[in-house]
Amino acid sequence: MKSLAELQAIREKMKNTMSMRDEDASGIRVVVGMATCGIAAGARPVLNEFAKLVQEKGLSDRVKVSQTGCIGLCQYEPIVEVFEPGREKVTYIKMDAQKAAEVVERHLEAGHVVEKYTMAKSGLK
Amino acid sequence: MYRSHVLICGGTGCTSSGSQKVRAALIDEIRKQGLEDEVNVVETGCHGLCEQGPVMVVYPDSTFYAQVKPEDVPEIVTEHLLKGRPVTRLIYNEAVTDEGKVLSLNDTDFYKKQVRVALRNCGVIDPENIEEYIGTGGYQALGKVLTEMTPDQVIQEVLDSGLRGRGGGGFPTGLKWKLCAPNKADQKFVCCNADEGDPGAFMDRSVLEGDPHSVLEAMAIAGYAIGANQGYIYVRAEYPIAVKRLEIAIKQAHEYGLLGEDIFGTGFNFDIGLRLGAGAFVCGEETALMRSIEGKRGEPRPRPPFPAVKGLFDKPTILNNVETYANIPEIINRGAAWFASMGVGKSKGTKVFALGGKITNTGLVEIPMGTPLRTIIEDIGGGCPNGKKFKAVQTGGPSGGCIPASYIDIPVDYDHLAEIGCIIGSGGMIVMDEDNCMVDIAKFFLEFTVDESCGKCTACRIGTRRMLEILEKITSGNGTMEDLDKLEQLAYYVKNNSLCGLGQTAPNPVISTLKFFRDEYIAHIVDKKCPAHVCKSLLQYTIDPAKCKGCTACARQCPVSAISGKVKEPHVIDQSKCIKCGACMATCKFGAISRQ
Repeated sequence: MKSLAELQAIREKMKNTMSMRDEDASGIRVVVGMATCGIAAGARPVLNEFAKLVQEKGLSDRVKVSQTGCIGLCQYEPIVEVFEPGREKVTYIKMDAQKAAEVVERHLEAGHVVEKYTMAKSGLK
Repeated sequence: MYRSHVLICGGTGCTSSGSQKVRAALIDEIRKQGLEDEVNVVETGCHGLCEQGPVMVVYPDSTFYAQVKPEDVPEIVTEHLLKGRPVTRLIYNEAVTDEGKVLSLNDTDFYKKQVRVALRNCGVIDPENIEEYIGTGGYQALGKVLTEMTPDQVIQEVLDSGLRGRGGGGFPTGLKWKLCAPNKADQKFVCCNADEGDPGAFMDRSVLEGDPHSVLEAMAIAGYAIGANQGYIYVRAEYPIAVKRLEIAIKQAHEYGLLGEDIFGTGFNFDIGLRLGAGAFVCGEETALMRSIEGKRGEPRPRPPFPAVKGLFDKPTILNNVETYANIPEIINRGAAWFASMGVGKSKGTKVFALGGKITNTGLVEIPMGTPLRTIIEDIGGGCPNGKKFKAVQTGGPSGGCIPASYIDIPVDYDHLAEIGCIIGSGGMIVMDEDNCMVDIAKFFLEFTVDESCGKCTACRIGTRRMLEILEKITSGNGTMEDLDKLEQLAYYVKNNSLCGLGQTAPNPVISTLKFFRDEYIAHIVDKKCPAHVCKSLLQYTIDPAKCKGCTACARQCPVSAISGKVKEPHVIDQSKCIKCGACMATCKFGAISRQ
């Protein structure tokens, strides 16, 4: 290693890996329903897309992606819930990888809820 | 890119409870279920809760699984890693509330009062992957030191932090460096004492196993500060995992140019060699350690000259302990003031303790200096198991003393412990309850030092042997009150006349138990009784004829046929044959056998 910049580059590269092991739970939590119903409806590519993009875009120090069991609305799976401290929970329904990418870009990065995919929009309460 | 990390402990504690089998099963099951591109399995160092091993943490949820068996693995993979439903029955029970809510690890009793500085990366990173160490800020301190600070500034920073030697001596680290720095020589050395030998102590092993690069980085910093370009780590051969991880770490540091020549393009060269100790306790003493590195017999020599002037190969040398080094990068990164803000009086920062003996949570804890003993024993350690009464804690191993229960509110730091004749030592803490005999404990440690005395000086070689003989006499019921006086005299003689730290401190367990538990010694001598029922020669098992039903169960159980009697008639124990194993008492269903 001949310069501090090289060290910094490795640190940057590892940042996402290491921040996943943070015990801090104060940021945004993205939860993908991964019960049998969710998996059957295609939740796994959704989960993986979220996990990948959050790391690629360097959001992992404030966004945690994890999965949960059955949320109870099996016909609307894959369901994704976004919990943000101080804001109301947002529930996205009938998700796929493409929609996930949109949510990452517009909601997680820019802070605007993607209304058209939400449960509220579909008329469900 | 992984969406989840599963960290499984590969420290010595968890390895011996079977973590390697769990790890293999996990990798296998993850592959079977097609999750290998989504879930990353990482082997880490010690999490500290060795009692609950093998332990496993799943991120990002930070779910802490304890006592995981290979057969639990498929359930964890299917339920948790795939479907996101943590397997509650396998989660460390302190991390689940009565309502079934899963707590963050930092909110459990064991962890919430801990402050992890030396152990900051243990259980968090893969110790065999230098990039993970760099990812948590590793080698930043070395970079800062080499590019922004002069050697004097580095020494001043360490001095200001108030860091003192964590191996037991408690000598100010910065001062040690300062004394060595101005000494001119063609070659100087930086050594690391990883010859952790106190029974029941495993702080240094855990740092080496969990975060070896922090020690390498600190040694390079020390090398820059005192003007040395060669380091040696003297590690015990009995620590195979630590040795292996150090070898890997040194190799990787070379590959990344963080050891070797012209580090960070600054012209600073530094290299580190490993030297394995063959298990002699005395080699943890600095002059003996250096002789052993030189390839000679590990025997201490009188000081002065101190190693700072004439050390390894007669060149100026500094020697620090593993845990001391592990603190250095954090002091450089976060500043001396931050480090000095923790602790009390002249004891700054944190200290790692290995909790063992009669304690619920056996394991490794790191707490700010000055934390009350009660917090360590009751809150973090969870008290003595089976509702037994806490009696004392032995600190500092064979060089230390016992703190009795009456001092449970004492702040644990160098000076408060010294006031009552104890030491922090390297950090071993052996907890004792009402079933421990203090005379027996003193005898145990003395047996150890008698074995480990190198024999060079008479005070230690013969003095400790004579002390042990007196203790044996007392515990076998043949002691006299004159023996007690003789023991005490001899203890101070050995303490004052031995050549090195081993002999100077060897009598401490005797001196401190005599001070706090003299009544137990007297009970052995005058009443011929061992109050804790430990010393076998002073025990007697008897059968109460009123309670004995003559069932013959005890007689059949007795390994030496010391019990006789007819069926349905009271039995009798022949005291001349009895070996006091206690098997009869454990067998009797009627509570007819008592021990006195």
